Amino acid sequence: MAMTVKLEKRLNPSAAMNVVIPIVSLVAALVVGAVFLLLTDRDPVEVYAAMFNGALGSRYGLAETVVKAIPLMLCALGISAAFRMQLWNIGAEGQFYMGAFAASWLPLTFPELPMLLMLPGMLLAGCLGGGLWGLVPAFLRARWKVNEIITTLMLNYVAILWVDFLVYGPWRDPKGFNFPLTAKFPAAAALPTFGDSRIHVGLILAILLAGVFWLVFEKSRWGFEIKVIGASEQAARYAGMNIKRNIYWVMLLSGAVCGLAGMAEVSGIVGRLQPNLSPGYGYTAIIVAWLSKLNPAAILVVSVLFGGLQVGGFFVQTMGVPASVAAMLQGAVLFFVVGGEFLTKYKLVIDRKEVL
Amino acid sequence: MGEQAFFIAILSSAVIAGTPILLAALGELVTERAGILNLGVEGMMLIGAVCGFMAAIVTGNSWLGMAAAMVAGGVMGLIHAVLTVSLRANQVVSGLALTLFGAGLSGYLGKAYIGIPVEQPFRSLALPLLSEIHFLGPVLFRHDVLVYLSWLLVLALWFFLKRTRPGLYLQAIGENPGAADSLGVNVFFLRYFYVVVGGMLCGAGGAYLSLASAPSWLENMTAGRGWIAVALVIFALWKPGRALVGSYLFGGIDALGFHLQAAGVHVSHFFLQMLPYLFTITVLTVVMARRGGRLAAPGALGLPYDREER
Repeated sequence: MAMTVKLEKRLNPSAAMNVVIPIVSLVAALVVGAVFLLLTDRDPVEVYAAMFNGALGSRYGLAETVVKAIPLMLCALGISAAFRMQLWNIGAEGQFYMGAFAASWLPLTFPELPMLLMLPGMLLAGCLGGGLWGLVPAFLRARWKVNEIITTLMLNYVAILWVDFLVYGPWRDPKGFNFPLTAKFPAAAALPTFGDSRIHVGLILAILLAGVFWLVFEKSRWGFEIKVIGASEQAARYAGMNIKRNIYWVMLLSGAVCGLAGMAEVSGIVGRLQPNLSPGYGYTAIIVAWLSKLNPAAILVVSVLFGGLQVGGFFVQTMGVPASVAAMLQGAVLFFVVGGEFLTKYKLVIDRKEVL
Repeated sequence: MGEQAFFIAILSSAVIAGTPILLAALGELVTERAGILNLGVEGMMLIGAVCGFMAAIVTGNSWLGMAAAMVAGGVMGLIHAVLTVSLRANQVVSGLALTLFGAGLSGYLGKAYIGIPVEQPFRSLALPLLSEIHFLGPVLFRHDVLVYLSWLLVLALWFFLKRTRPGLYLQAIGENPGAADSLGVNVFFLRYFYVVVGGMLCGAGGAYLSLASAPSWLENMTAGRGWIAVALVIFALWKPGRALVGSYLFGGIDALGFHLQAAGVHVSHFFLQMLPYLFTITVLTVVMARRGGRLAAPGALGLPYDREER
């Protein structure tokens, strides 16, 4: 008897695999991480235990995990809007910074505004900052088919340098002992927080937005249109859908939500504009969005997980382990998820044949 | 500084700044010619830079460092090949994973090596006679060996693609893998091969940064050069010669910012640092606008090849 292993295309993508694969991927990534930890003479069990403890083992750690999850939620939601249309917006990081910049402009220019004007104004400014920044690659893509992956990414560097320029230059606080920081925002510019933690209202915004996204992208006509364009531009064109207009709207929305993340960070956490606002939220959010299969509810959950990873990474620095261990693990997770998708589309069949 | 000396300084550093981009762009060019899009160039460069640097520190030999960088880049390429050729994964996302993983892993591995100098970085080697040519000599012929090797590589790759049978196969598997397959070309093996070769070149490009142009290791020291290399392949219309010109153009913009700053020009250095990124966007837009959005990209670029769907 001879046995061969064959690949067979599944007629329907496996739903169970959508849950199994991310979990297996996470475990596999931890194994890969363990190999590199061992190679550099560190005890993986000890490091992982410390990361886990740091992220979830205390009230403070838990709160910090949520704090780090908020920008991830918002950026991943923003990214998911674009990814649905197969628009590869890799520019969440830059849109985050431009949102933070635009939102900071208001309290720095009009520090006397009452909270009822200040916060909504900053929110709007943040969305506009990120959204308009997203429209640049949208325009280039719609008008001349310029690859948006490259343009969105290049604009990340530009946005970060722009914020650096401001805080090292014209926006630097003259009373700040020459540190590259703007003046502290007035109290009216701070998003309210829960209890004595640093968790701010941005969390509620993210959850509400996830609901809205679910309605828009799963239930509305427009959401369906975006899905069709993402699946096949040609089919969409035959159906008379306006692809260019949708590129603009989707990138505006995508950028605006990432900009909102930046606004929430300066208003809810930092209280001023400063360099290195983000430890790469915009990039991590790409992984979160893909791992969540662009599903808004899943994005909320996975963001908390990755927020924890981030906090754990910071925490193990005290043991002399570089914080980039978290980034390495996140990247490895994505490998396995991307590879694992194969199993949603194909299955292994063992073929037994009598050999004459 | 005289005007001529200023130009020589800029053009000479354009070559140095362009070389890592050139090596990476040639790697991506080979990969894309095989029909595989690999957006992991930035990650492969970073891994190459850090592994090359570590190997050079440990062995005290920069050539061994360069070899280690190429092996490491090749392994990264291999991961991409497994995911995209065998598992037919989304090439965009797999490449992004490579970049994110490479950034994280290189940051992790390199932490202990920050601030250590390389004992024997690649040093410039003035070519006899050629380096004495007026103006061109100091611009082109007073660099390290790797610069000269990169020229040979451009020439070799051009010849390979234009004049040899394996070069023809390479183009065939990127243009029409189904047809190549039916002619007996092993599409799967060759795609693996060229993705790995592409990764090795990207690793070499990264190591050029950490062993030659700025011999040291810094976290994320590629600063987007991998992405510029991806853009450059489009600008080059998948031709090695154009990649060479393009790389030095980008290197020139990079160098211009640096030298203007050194010359005391009153523009914030943050704006000067933006130049390469803005230039990339501009160049890409001009190329696309001039060609009406239609490029002669390899026909099957980005598409997984499934034999059963032939």
